Amino acid sequence: MFKGGVKLVDFKSLSKNEKIEEFKYPEKVIIPLSQHTGSPAKPIVKKGDYVVEGQVIGEISGFISSYIHSSISGKVIDVLPWNLPTGKKSLSVIIENDGERKSIDKTERNWLGLTSEEIINIVRENGIVGLGGAAFPSHVKLTIPPGKKAEYIILNGCECEPFLTCDYRVLREYTDEVIEGLQIICKATNVKKAFIGIEHNKIDLIPILNNAIRNLKIYIEIEIKILPEKYPQGSEKHLIKSILNKEVPSGGLPIDIGCIVFNVQTARAIKRAVCNGIPLTERVITCTGLVRKPKNLNVRIGTLISEILNYCDGELKYGRKIINGGPMMGIQIYSPEIPVIKGTSGILLLPEEKLPEKIQPCIRCGKCIDSCPMFLAPSEIGRYVEVEMFDKCENLNVFDCIECGCCSYVCPAKRPLVDFIKYAKFKLRKK
Amino acid sequence: MNNKIYCSPHIHGSETTGKIMFYVIFSLIPALFGSIYFFGFYVVKVILISIISSVLSELLFQILMKKEIRIYDGSAIITGILLAFVLPPRIPLWIVAIGGFLAIFLVKELFGGLGFNIFNPALTARAILLASYPVEMTKFTKPLDYSIDAITSATPLFIMKEKINEQLPSLWQMFIGNRSGCIGETSVLLLLLGAIFLLLKRVITWHIPVSYILTVAIFSLFTNENPAYQITSGGLILGAFFMATDYVTSPITKKGKIIFGIGCGIITFLIRRWGGYPEGVCYSILFMNTLVPLINKYTLPKKFGSKNE
Repeated sequence: MFKGGVKLVDFKSLSKNEKIEEFKYPEKVIIPLSQHTGSPAKPIVKKGDYVVEGQVIGEISGFISSYIHSSISGKVIDVLPWNLPTGKKSLSVIIENDGERKSIDKTERNWLGLTSEEIINIVRENGIVGLGGAAFPSHVKLTIPPGKKAEYIILNGCECEPFLTCDYRVLREYTDEVIEGLQIICKATNVKKAFIGIEHNKIDLIPILNNAIRNLKIYIEIEIKILPEKYPQGSEKHLIKSILNKEVPSGGLPIDIGCIVFNVQTARAIKRAVCNGIPLTERVITCTGLVRKPKNLNVRIGTLISEILNYCDGELKYGRKIINGGPMMGIQIYSPEIPVIKGTSGILLLPEEKLPEKIQPCIRCGKCIDSCPMFLAPSEIGRYVEVEMFDKCENLNVFDCIECGCCSYVCPAKRPLVDFIKYAKFKLRKK
Repeated sequence: MNNKIYCSPHIHGSETTGKIMFYVIFSLIPALFGSIYFFGFYVVKVILISIISSVLSELLFQILMKKEIRIYDGSAIITGILLAFVLPPRIPLWIVAIGGFLAIFLVKELFGGLGFNIFNPALTARAILLASYPVEMTKFTKPLDYSIDAITSATPLFIMKEKINEQLPSLWQMFIGNRSGCIGETSVLLLLLGAIFLLLKRVITWHIPVSYILTVAIFSLFTNENPAYQITSGGLILGAFFMATDYVTSPITKKGKIIFGIGCGIITFLIRRWGGYPEGVCYSILFMNTLVPLINKYTLPKKFGSKNE
């Protein structure tokens, strides 16, 4: 168990029992070339080109980068900068659906015969990135740096953000694919022991998982860990702490202590790429909140959020906001004309909160410090940011902050602590 | 959809500054009624004058300085009640008014207002009043004597310290508050009721009160004082649960809070035992207030993942 964090009302019952629905192939998709952590992909199609489903439209541009594939078949109508859910802009390929659903040839493979390098290469070529939110290219994670050794793979099924249920549904409905993906990951990294971490509110998955493990041919040791419901249980570092009781060193990576963590949907995407030759062109998201019909949807990458909200009967009106991701770490988007990208785990329609107009003074209650899972002092950082003393923020380890939002959540004065911290990081990076 | 764009998180806890202040006011109400019972209707006037003076001083300052008017957050009301609680039952009302002004104008607002003052406003005001009006500030009256010129009676701490020939109240009387002393400090029972409420509502944590009271108890044991009397007399319970736990003037970490509590306990004991005054709660907390930035500096938690370094 990790120290700090907060207990949250999870609101998962809204969409927990909704089966994953196939969302229609949209009329057009907008596929950004920078959906992942690292350098943006290089466009290799131009206006007027014809592409099919699964065809590469963006080429990898470095080690930490990723391929981008078309999610539908049709004509490229433009390549231009478009807004990302993160607030930045990225060169994007706009494709008009021709309704043919033509696809690249899919090669079925048996992963048992593949070597580690072959698996990593397939993962790379199919544009697999972490589907938990940060969208870190998976082939990079699977490549163990020299001098390091992976001992454990941890499958992250915590889904600690309130509202979101897509990982839960995937674990429930595609259990075999997820576990197969986990085995492929273990094979690629030469690991013999894996954990599946899930929060207590998903305890009904235990028999389903056990059943799948019993029925599949299992080559590794898999242990299921039930973890208490506490936010941010699904944070990589805190998941490792809870399962192995080890702390990832500050500024380090999980591999430094011999672990690699994958999201359940990433494991499934890896399985589909390796065994079925399907590139990452779709993902399961949860659309919930104030929408009338909360749903878990399997969506083509590049589908506009407005179409999904429309389908789930979410009315956009004054006093409502759209969040890309979960309520704790998600990013509010200012227009629904923004596409779903690989890192989009959910679309939430939430009411605008009544927060103080002016920034209220810190009453020094210390609740933010008690809640910080990274053991920082958000109140102190906030005070220095207000007087623009950013060097002091660096001394207070502002760069260790994972922006989980616990401090802002508990603050009785409703101080925008995460805002302060992001600003401090921005200012310090610019220097 | 022409909304403002907010930074994450997009949900917040239900705790607000106003709510916390209300809880503190609410927690002081049992002791407030107790004080009326023990010292008569006059204390209502003292408490009211104290609150009015505090709130008006805050309003005055904020108007003069063209700052945001924040008298509605309730913090000045708490200061008013706490100041009244640490004054003698028959204190002249004009002194109370001066006290409220000092607490808010001098100690709180001049340092930057809510969240920025270094010293506990109510206690600092009391310290200044004690230095300025020593006669009025040390005239304690017999409990349950409701007349305006009630018979004076020495406080239990004074009796114990000076070994004067007066009957010490029984422990039961000490516990329920039937003894002479400041307005709100006498009833351990009613103060504890409020304190339990604050602990349950997680407004305060056990760290400061427990370390404070335990320190006083342990030192009393080693010097052959009766710990039960030491704990129930003077302003220890009021101070430990309601004054030393003031957010703004106490450390922000749990470790720091324990150090703060122990420090308060040691100084209280030293003053009671060897100091010039019979009571040391007020000065001990004020002294420890000065050390808070230092305690904070050295007790900030070590960041996650620093063990392996």
